[in-house]
Amino acid sequence: MKNKGLLVIILLLVCGLIAIIPLALISDSEFGGADGQAEEIILEIAPDYEPWAESILEPPGGETESLLFSLQAALGAGIIGLGFGYFIGRSKHQKEV
Amino acid sequence: MTKLQKRIVSLLAVFSVFFCLTPPANAMHIMEGYLPFVHSVAWGVLCLPFLAAGMFSIQKTVSQKRNTLLLLAMVGAYAFVLSALKIPSVTGSSSHPTGTGLGAILFGPSPMAILGLIVLLFQAILLAHGGLTTLGANTFSMAIAGPFVTYGIYRLCKSLKVNRMAAVFLAAALGDLFTYCVTSFQLALAYPSEVGGIGASLAKFMSVFALTQIPLAIIEGLLTVAVVVGLESWAKPELAQLGYLKGAKEA
Repeated sequence: MKNKGLLVIILLLVCGLIAIIPLALISDSEFGGADGQAEEIILEIAPDYEPWAESILEPPGGETESLLFSLQAALGAGIIGLGFGYFIGRSKHQKEV
Repeated sequence: MTKLQKRIVSLLAVFSVFFCLTPPANAMHIMEGYLPFVHSVAWGVLCLPFLAAGMFSIQKTVSQKRNTLLLLAMVGAYAFVLSALKIPSVTGSSSHPTGTGLGAILFGPSPMAILGLIVLLFQAILLAHGGLTTLGANTFSMAIAGPFVTYGIYRLCKSLKVNRMAAVFLAAALGDLFTYCVTSFQLALAYPSEVGGIGASLAKFMSVFALTQIPLAIIEGLLTVAVVVGLESWAKPELAQLGYLKGAKEA
C-alpha cells in the first residue's frame, strides 16, 4: 500500500517534469497549438484552399477560452474525485464493519 | 450484444465501407472547415458502426453492470480532463493528450467512441477547437482508432504476460500517439503534396503532430498507470466485474 502511494507520487512528478522541461529549455517559442502549425503546412501545400466552414461559436478572446478549458478540466476532475472519494470511503467502511 | 444489435452494427459497417470506397480520392483535431466536404462526410460515415457498437455496449453496461457506471463516468471524465490540458512539448508547440486509453483498457474500445464523441462535441461547439465538419475525422482518430490500438496492445501484452502496469503504460501511450498518426494521415489524404503525393504530406504532418505528441503520450501513459493503481486499490469489485482482474494474481 505504501509503495503504491510512492509509485503514484513519482509518476505524477515525472509527468510534471516532462511538461516543464520544454518550457525551461526552449525560450523563443510561444508554444502555440500543433493544429496552428498544421494550418501552415496546409497553406504551404494548397495555398488556394479556403476553409469552407467556420466555428459557430468562437470564444471572443483568450480569457473566455481559458475559462471554458478550465471548466472542462474542472468538471472532469470533479467527477474523478467524486468517484475516488466514493471508492475510498466504501473500502474504509468495509474495513470497519 | 443481442442478435439484432449485432446485425445493426455489421450492416452499418458494410454500408460505411462501401460508402467510403465509392468516392475517388481527389487528389490534434483537425480544424473546422479544413477537410474537404467528401472527406468530412466519409470519415463521419465510417464512424457510424463504431458509434452504434458503442451505444449498445454502454446500454449493456447500464442494464447488466450497473455497479460499474460510476467507473464509466470516471473514464469519460478522464478523457474530458486530459483533452483540456494543452501541454507544452519539446517541439516548441503544444498539444493535448486524448485520455481515451484508460476507458479502452477497462471497458474495451467500443464505449470510448461515444465518450470521445461527447468530448469532441463540447470542444467543437464551445471552444472552436476541432469542428463540426471535422467531427467525423476527429472522432475516428481519437475515439475509435486510438482506443482500438490501446485495447489491442493491452490484450497483446496480457497474452505475453507483460507486467500489468507496463502493459497499461504501453497501451495508453501508444494509443495516444496513434491517434495523432491517424490525424496526420487524414490530413495527408486531404492534402497530397504536388511532389511526393500523400507520402510527402504525411511526413510533414507527422513531423508536427506525432513528434509533438511523443512526450504527451508518455505523460498519458504514466497518468493512466497512476489512475489504474488507485482503482486497483479501491475499486476491486468493479474491476473484477469488468473482467479486468481476470488472470491477475490476487494482490
